[in-house]
Amino acid sequence: MRASLILAMAVWLGAGPAPAQDDPPRQAPGSTVPLTPPQQGYPLYPDPQLPRSGDAEQLPPPSEQVVAGLSSDSVAITASFDGSDILIYGAVKRETPIPPGLPLQIIMTVEAPAQELTIWRKSRHFGIWINSDKVEVGAAPGFYAVATSGPLDEILLPEWDSRYRISLPLALRAFAGELEVEDAVPYTEALIRRRQANGLYRLDEGSVKLVDQTLFRADVRLPATLIEGSYKTRIFLLREGEVVDVYRASIDVRKVGLERWLYRLAFDQPLLYGLMSLAVAVAAGWAASAVFRKLRRA
Amino acid sequence: MQLFLPIAEVSVNAFTLIGLGGLVGLMSGLFGVGGGFLITPLLFFIGIPPPIAVATGANQVVASSVSGVLAHVKRKTVDFRMGGVLLAGGLVGSWTGVWVFTVLQNTGQVDLVVQLCYVVFLGLIGAMMLQESIRALRRSKNPTYRKRLHQHNWVHRWPLKMKFRASGLYISVIPVLLVGLAVGVLAAIMGVGGGFIMVPAMIYLLGMPTKVVVGTSLFQIIFVTAFTTVMHAISYNTVDIMLAVLLIVGGVIGAQLGTTLGARLKAEQLRILLALLVLLVCGKLALDLFLRPDDLYSITTGTH
Repeated sequence: MRASLILAMAVWLGAGPAPAQDDPPRQAPGSTVPLTPPQQGYPLYPDPQLPRSGDAEQLPPPSEQVVAGLSSDSVAITASFDGSDILIYGAVKRETPIPPGLPLQIIMTVEAPAQELTIWRKSRHFGIWINSDKVEVGAAPGFYAVATSGPLDEILLPEWDSRYRISLPLALRAFAGELEVEDAVPYTEALIRRRQANGLYRLDEGSVKLVDQTLFRADVRLPATLIEGSYKTRIFLLREGEVVDVYRASIDVRKVGLERWLYRLAFDQPLLYGLMSLAVAVAAGWAASAVFRKLRRA
Repeated sequence: MQLFLPIAEVSVNAFTLIGLGGLVGLMSGLFGVGGGFLITPLLFFIGIPPPIAVATGANQVVASSVSGVLAHVKRKTVDFRMGGVLLAGGLVGSWTGVWVFTVLQNTGQVDLVVQLCYVVFLGLIGAMMLQESIRALRRSKNPTYRKRLHQHNWVHRWPLKMKFRASGLYISVIPVLLVGLAVGVLAAIMGVGGGFIMVPAMIYLLGMPTKVVVGTSLFQIIFVTAFTTVMHAISYNTVDIMLAVLLIVGGVIGAQLGTTLGARLKAEQLRILLALLVLLVCGKLALDLFLRPDDLYSITTGTH
């Protein structure tokens, strides 16, 4: 599993053959959908094999910059953890007057560490519905939230979206291994649909409050079902659909106390942990029996 | 009260889990089934990942079986010798089953095989028990019919005979070992204690009297599920002790109530109830297989 993750990362980082500049954009074989995303719903999944670009690129120093803060830079998962709200706030720093034209827009993303997963599709064989086809995704974030100051497809141009991988479908990365199905789009759409239904993937359009194109804030809700790790937070400053500045920070999500102790024990000392679980079970069974015997006599 | 489970990594309502445990514990005390075949699907239903549901379910069954078996020991309705022989077969079977499980997992069809196993076995056993207990009820209404102590069949002609005093049987150990083995294999594949297969096999194949069947089955379930729990903890790290404790709290209380209730009901009534329950679960699982699912897609973590 580890090995295939590393492999997937290598593909994503562009270790595979990099397409030449003038190559037509590649697509999943058999896919007839255009690469340009349609305006309604989510843009369709472009080729994940394409190397990720943009982040490393040097931008000229922007005339407008983000200065931001988080209400907390760590989230502690305790036994009573029931989700958490993170307040992300900040201001736009500029040396010159506010430029004319379309107003400034803000997009924030919070992204959990990526996991490997398999998306199965059922089909009917001999009258029974069974998992028959699958798409393996090398890296999909366990949680991904996008908060914006306006409708995403109006404030962000597709080329800037694919450069920074902002929208939900783009947050999924390389497929693991060879594609076994003709068209992977319905699979990734199903993944997004299911995860949106349980709050793991979210697009909150208009949830960023922006005052006088300078001060902004948004609450990002972290659900109760979280994985541990460093959550990548990004704040994008946009003008006319183009990203003019990016601010990055991370939120540390960690189990604490009893949760941490049990988790570590289960993975570091599995035999001891298993025997401890058994001991608890036997003791509880015996105790209940003893208590009920007393009750019956009384 | 919401509680975050450290291994399952989901937040669930503590009282829902205690209630689930109680319901399954009641079944355990009443029928001598461990309840694994109920707890596992119920845990899927409230959003616990399947591997964790299977492993933790096994741990919960250990607790409710211990609680149940102690009540039966008091009433002297456990045949330890029979239980020991069944267990010897069961552990070998369980070992084999875990191996088969790994092979199935590598081909990616483990869910289907598990579900098919459930449908076939629950269907067969439920139908058999229902037919038998309805016949027995009719007989009990006809006072002229004199029931034999137990029926002699092919099982009684095999060599290596052994006396099982508590069961009042003098039979070969080979069929007992084979029953243990078969149940062990199925138990490991289906992630349950196997009581719902063991109980009818004891009654109909070995000809054991109903009153010792429940206690003896619980006795051997303790060890098979304990073995399963440790195996899962070591090889997959999927036992969630917090989840188990909540289920156990409900389960042990339910098991005690079930045993008390069971002593007041007639054996035929008990068997009809169990038969109906088994058929109900079977019907639900069969529908899931044959009806078009609401969502054709499902997600599992990790790649295969």
